[in-house]
Amino acid sequence: MTAPRTIPRRTFLAALGAGATALATTSCSDDSNGSQAAADLDSAGDPAQASGELDVWVLQEDAVNPVSRASLDRFFGGTDVKANLITEPNESYRDVLQTIIDQDERPDIFFNWGGGSIRSYVRAGLVEDLTPYLEEDSEFKNAFLQSVLQAGQIDGAYYGIPMRTMQPKLMFYNTALFDQVGLEVPTTWQDFLDAVDAFAAEDITPVAVGAADQWPLLMWFEYLTDRLGGAQVFQDIAEGTGEGWAHPAITRTVETIRDLVDRGAFGDAFASVAYDDSGPLLSDGRAAMMLSGSWEYTNFLEDAPGFVTNSLAWGPFPALEDGEGDPENVAGNPTNYFSVHADSPLKEVAINYLKQEMASDTYVQDLLDVGDIPAVANIETLIEGHEHEEYFGFVYAMAANAPNFQLSWDQAIARPQAQPMLEAMENVFLGNLDAEGFVQANEDAAS
Amino acid sequence: MGYVLPAVVFFTVFAVVPLVLVVVLSFTSWPGFGDIRWTGLDNWERLIGDERVRESTGITLALTASTWLTQTPMAIAIGVWAAGRQRNRAVLSTIFFLPLLMSSAAIAVLFHRFLDPNYGMARDLGPLIGFPDGNILGTAHGAFLVIVFVSAWQWVPFHSLLYQAAARNVPTVLYDAATIDGAGRWDMFWRITLPQLRYTVVTSSVIMIVGSLITFETVLLITGGGPGGATRILPYLMYSAGFEAFEMGYASAIATVLVVVATAFSLLIVRFSGFTKMRSTLEGM
Repeated sequence: MTAPRTIPRRTFLAALGAGATALATTSCSDDSNGSQAAADLDSAGDPAQASGELDVWVLQEDAVNPVSRASLDRFFGGTDVKANLITEPNESYRDVLQTIIDQDERPDIFFNWGGGSIRSYVRAGLVEDLTPYLEEDSEFKNAFLQSVLQAGQIDGAYYGIPMRTMQPKLMFYNTALFDQVGLEVPTTWQDFLDAVDAFAAEDITPVAVGAADQWPLLMWFEYLTDRLGGAQVFQDIAEGTGEGWAHPAITRTVETIRDLVDRGAFGDAFASVAYDDSGPLLSDGRAAMMLSGSWEYTNFLEDAPGFVTNSLAWGPFPALEDGEGDPENVAGNPTNYFSVHADSPLKEVAINYLKQEMASDTYVQDLLDVGDIPAVANIETLIEGHEHEEYFGFVYAMAANAPNFQLSWDQAIARPQAQPMLEAMENVFLGNLDAEGFVQANEDAAS
Repeated sequence: MGYVLPAVVFFTVFAVVPLVLVVVLSFTSWPGFGDIRWTGLDNWERLIGDERVRESTGITLALTASTWLTQTPMAIAIGVWAAGRQRNRAVLSTIFFLPLLMSSAAIAVLFHRFLDPNYGMARDLGPLIGFPDGNILGTAHGAFLVIVFVSAWQWVPFHSLLYQAAARNVPTVLYDAATIDGAGRWDMFWRITLPQLRYTVVTSSVIMIVGSLITFETVLLITGGGPGGATRILPYLMYSAGFEAFEMGYASAIATVLVVVATAFSLLIVRFSGFTKMRSTLEGM
C-alpha cells in the first residue's frame, strides 16, 4: 500500500536538468545566482508556488470523471492553479488530441493508451520523458505494477503513469452449459479442445467471438502466439528485430486457429457477429466460452446480473502443453496512462500531481468503488471486502503476477500496419489466408 | 455578375481550396500534426504498387456497376408507374419515398442490427436467399450484396422521383397518337416513354455513379470494410489511411484518385450520351 508521500527535496533538484524551461512561470525572482535558481527549482513542483491553468484531458466517462475531478481538487485545492478537467467522448478523443497536440490549446496532462497511441508524439518531442523522475524516486516507481509500467514504455523510456484500470484479457465461461455436457472449466489446451468438441457435438456454439469487428480476433492471436512462442516473438515483430512475422510460432498460431475454426469452435456464423452481440451469446446460454477483456464483467453485470451470480466463471487463457511461453503471461490493455506535455509551462507541477495522486489510497479506493482495478502495487488489502472481491482479486493477481503484460498488438505496432494486420487475421479466420499468406500480408504492410 | 459572387466565394472556399490542398498534401507526409514534410512522388509510387489499392479499386468499380444495374431499372419502373393516374398511386408513392427522409447513418445502423445472425433476422431470412447459417455479413458476396441492396433501398426513391417528374412531362398527345395507331402499353413504354426519358437517365446515372464511387457510411457502419476486406472500397481505404493510420499524405493521394475518377466518369457520360447537345424532347420545340 502506498501512503501519500511528501516529495523528497532532492528529487526536484535532480529533475531540474530535464525541465529547466518549465520554471519560467513559477520563478518569482530575477536574481540569477546559483542558490536562488536552486530555490526556484525546489519549489517548481509545488502547486502552492505556481499559478496558471492546467488542462487535464480525459475520456468522457460518467463513473471515472468524478474520481479524476476529486483528485485534482485534492492536489490543487487552495492554490492559484486552476485545474480544468476536459472530457472528450471516446469516439473522437484520438482525433481531437491528434489535431490539438501541438496547438496552443494543447493539454498539460493527457489520457492515452500508451504504445502506438502516443509513439508519434513522443518521437516529435511533444511528450515529457518521465524516466528521470521514476529512476530518481524508487518509491514513485515501485508504487505501480512494474509489468504495466513497462508496457507503457516507448523506445525504452517511460512516458506514461498508470491512471486507471487494468484490462487484461481472460477466458469467461458459462458454467450452466459446462454442467449440461458434464465438463469442468478447462485449464489446459487439451481440456479446452475437448470442451470445444463436446459443445460442437451438442450444437452449442463453443466460443463466442465478434469477428465482424475484427479486433476481437486479435486476442486469439495474442495469446496463442505468446503461449506457443513466448513474449519475445511479438517484441521482435513490434521492434522489427529477429525473425519478425516469419517466426515459426506465428505459423503455428495460424494453423491452430485454422484447426479451431474447422472444429467449429466459433460456430457457423461468427463472421457476421458484432462484438456487442458476442457477450450476450455467453450470458444467454448460446455460447459456452469467450475470450475477452476484463471489462466484459462490467457488461455482464449491467446486462445479465443473474448470469454473473449463477453461472459465470473465469480463468486465464489455457496453458499449451508444448508451448514455450510462460502461462502466467498476460495480454490486454495494461492500463490507460497520463502523460505530460513536454511544452507545458506547468510541467513540474503536473508531474508532482501524478506522483502524489495516482497511487494514493484515496484515489485507488475511489477507482475501486467505480469498478476500476488500478495498476498500483500492493492494493490487495483495499480489494478485500469489495463487492466483487473474487473477480477483482483474480484480475489484480493475474496482472500483478504476470512476467509480461503484452499491450494489444494493434496499439503496439506502427499505426499504418494495424489495419492490414487485423484484416489478415480476419482472413485467417475466414479461411482465405494460410500461414504463409498471413506472414506475407503483414510483411507487405510493414515494408 | 455580382449576384454570382456569394456562390463563387462559397464554392472556392469549400470546394476548390480543399481540393487543391488535398492534391498538395498527396505529395507530402503528414500525421495530422506537426510539420508537413515534402516527399515528392513517394505516396504516388506507393499507391501504384499497393495491392490493397488495386483490390479496393476493383471492389469500388464492381459496386458502382452493380448499383447502376440494379437501381436504374427499378427507379424507371417505379417512376413511370408513379407518374400515372392509378388508384392508390399517391398513397403507395408516399410509402415508396419514405427511405428518402432517413439519414444514411440511421439506415445503415438499422440494417446492421437487422442482419445479426443471433439477435436479428439473418438466421430466418438467410436460408431463403442462400445463406443457410444466417452468415450473410460474414461472407464476401453476402456483404457485397447487402451494400448493393441497402444503397438501392435508400436511393431508388430519389431516382424514382426524377423519373416520375420526367415521365409526367411527356406530352399526352404522343400517347394519344400511339393509341390511335393501335400501340399497346408495352410498346408505348419502349417507343415513347423511355426515349423521352433519356436525358433524365443521363442525369440520374451521373448522380448514381458518382454517388456510389463515394459511398462511405453504409460500408463503415454495416461491414466496416469486411469481411476480410471484401467491401473495402476506396473511400473506406482513404478513411482508414487518414483517420486510423493518420497518414494524411497517403490518404490525400487516394482522395485525389477518387476525385479524378469521379470527374472522368461524369464527363464521359455527359459526352457520350449526347447530353451536351441538349436537343429538346418536348413536342414542337
